[in-house]
Amino acid sequence: MSLSVASARGFADAPVASAASQVAELQDRIRGMQRTRIDSHGLPTSPGVAELLPGGVLRAGAAYSVQESTSLALALLAGPSAAGHWCGVVGLPALGVEAAAAAGVDLDRLVLVPQPGEQWLQVTAALADVVTVVLARPPASLSAAEVARLASRLRQRGSTLVALGDWPQSEATLRVSDDRWMGLGDGHGYLAARRVTVSVTGRTLTGKPRRKQLWLPDSEQAIRPAGLAGVPVALPDRRREAAVS
Amino acid sequence: MTGPVRTLLLWCPDWPTNAVAAEHGLTSDTPIALIDRGEVFACSVTARADGVRRGLRVREAQSPRCTDLVALPYDPVLDHRAFEPVIAAVEQIVPGVQLSRPGTCVMRARGPSRYYGGEQQAAEALLDTLAGLGVRAQVGIADGPFAAGQAAKLRSSSPADAIRIVPAGRSPEFLAPFPVELLDRPDLATLLRRLGIATLGNFAALEPMQVRDRFGPDGVLAHRLASGFDPSDVDARVPPADHSSVLEFEPALDRVDQIAFAFRTAAEEFVARLQSSSLVATAIRIEVSTESGESRSRTWLHPRWFTAGDVLDRVRWQVQGAGLAESGLNSAISKLRVEPESVDPAGSHEAGLYGGATDEHIHSGLSRVQSMVGHTGVLTARISGGRQPSSRRVLVPWGDLPPGGEASVRASRELPWPGRLPGPPPATVFPERQRVAVAAAGGREVVVDDRGELSDVPVQFTPPGRKPGPVAAWAGPWPVTERWWESGGTRLNRFQFVDDAGGAWLLVLDDSGWWAEARYD
Repeated sequence: MSLSVASARGFADAPVASAASQVAELQDRIRGMQRTRIDSHGLPTSPGVAELLPGGVLRAGAAYSVQESTSLALALLAGPSAAGHWCGVVGLPALGVEAAAAAGVDLDRLVLVPQPGEQWLQVTAALADVVTVVLARPPASLSAAEVARLASRLRQRGSTLVALGDWPQSEATLRVSDDRWMGLGDGHGYLAARRVTVSVTGRTLTGKPRRKQLWLPDSEQAIRPAGLAGVPVALPDRRREAAVS
Repeated sequence: MTGPVRTLLLWCPDWPTNAVAAEHGLTSDTPIALIDRGEVFACSVTARADGVRRGLRVREAQSPRCTDLVALPYDPVLDHRAFEPVIAAVEQIVPGVQLSRPGTCVMRARGPSRYYGGEQQAAEALLDTLAGLGVRAQVGIADGPFAAGQAAKLRSSSPADAIRIVPAGRSPEFLAPFPVELLDRPDLATLLRRLGIATLGNFAALEPMQVRDRFGPDGVLAHRLASGFDPSDVDARVPPADHSSVLEFEPALDRVDQIAFAFRTAAEEFVARLQSSSLVATAIRIEVSTESGESRSRTWLHPRWFTAGDVLDRVRWQVQGAGLAESGLNSAISKLRVEPESVDPAGSHEAGLYGGATDEHIHSGLSRVQSMVGHTGVLTARISGGRQPSSRRVLVPWGDLPPGGEASVRASRELPWPGRLPGPPPATVFPERQRVAVAAAGGREVVVDDRGELSDVPVQFTPPGRKPGPVAAWAGPWPVTERWWESGGTRLNRFQFVDDAGGAWLLVLDDSGWWAEARYD
């Protein structure tokens, strides 16, 4: 799936694409051919998120690292969840369930283990056996051997880990830089929309980090890629504001 | 036409209150009233002595009559469950028992009186059996269940005359002096009173044809009851198969692993016994009794059906008291009882030829996680109603139903909730709110006065665990006053802040200061 998309785009855009991106596309192809499992495939992702990820898909059996932003991590979960996959969340007692639902995660297929305690690795591995995407906050005291064990478990089961924090050997690291909220003024308005710049670094991405603008979410509570500057921002209207105050 | 059937009726006085007293460990002289829909449904002897009557409101029963009244909700399920051992004991010695309601059962008198050599002897045998269970009962034998019931319920002054026998054919004379209210038809009784007919004997003296013309078919039935020609027969129940599993420990055990190990075989037998009846349990009830006589029980649901391992897990969790305040036992466990609370035909849960239902592996995988972190460690989420993000989040252990059921959560979510914040919901909702500081230009804390006015413009904001920084944007206060009429109510002001790093926060200000409730991260 990812292979065909990558190759099709690679050939179609070949004359105009820069050397760096061409190298990246070719590396993607090589990785696709070297894959040990036949069914190693990409998971469906929502359009805003697909642009961020190397290869344009959330790869099954891989680990991704998201720094700081729970909303961005939930956005990664939304695509697989909407496509009927189960998602698990480990070690996030403060997860805003409503935000998860708003991001597009189906709560009927979401399982939470807020306090795994000492058994973080066992719980995450057991959950990775049955659900497609696991969102987890890794504990600080995780040895390299444990990371490798979980990584091989993920590869074997074909499930994806979204780590909220650092994760060695992650497919890509997503970081929210430049966080701008719209709608809140100096004593008036309310938080209505948020435009962020996500910078992506990854093993397969060479050169400078990839930067993309993203509405997380826009004023309609949808997560979508932000186009060029100058897209009108819907400010909160007076009526809704009056209902609040 | 055959005459009324010779009937033996067994009546346990004050059954509902006695059952509740036993369940809650109250003494028999505690004044108890069971409340059903705001009115007293049943009351104990001591409460009755203080003037509490059926049909009174709770307040009427408490304030002028009986101030130390223990008012508990009426639970018909408990009533039936407590009566089950009694009726099982009766069925051991007399077959063909009909359960009229918890506390009352009816059987034909002919068989037992022949077997025991007389009606008196049969009744004595029954009372002896019940006395062995510690249950006090009264017996009435007459023609037809109605007359037998009236005989049984005659006030007895001593245990010796707990048996009343109305000789065969004498029921009409026996019933004649009773008031018409005993027919349990309030409208008819009022009407008869106004017609000057006060006793069953007077009513029975009317012409049956006239009664039918005036009072209709139900009047005819009442007339036959009053005349001692009760047409109803005893409809014996089929005793349900007992699928429960009981294990007694001698000596009592106090370690979870010992108990779980000992119960392993019993759990397998429990499931196998259900399977042999082509049933699977979807809910079980575990009762744990301790050496000191305490007992705690709880119902466990399963998203699919219980296997032996699942039963064992539930036993372990209940004994450990995983997250359950009420299961705190303080002595060694002497008895464990598991019974199926709801069963399904196994056929509707059959696994398919090519693997089972789509989510089957999810259930088994999550059960494994549950066995690691406990029943309450694996949660599913629902969105409920409320003004604060924390009250809109409902977390339910995997396999359980949310409090009040799914429908009530959905209904609460669909209510309007005026005053809740618009815009995107926060991605991080702190389980316990975090202390923050908000200051004005001079370093003074910003407060909201009684009129809802902000004292100063906030310029400095200290997020939890960080250094103070300038405020980039803010809005508020949005006051919320919930349940102001009771002590647990909330009265607070909400704010949204954006700090200098671009992080957005939902803050609340109440009497104890500024707090971060959630973060839009």
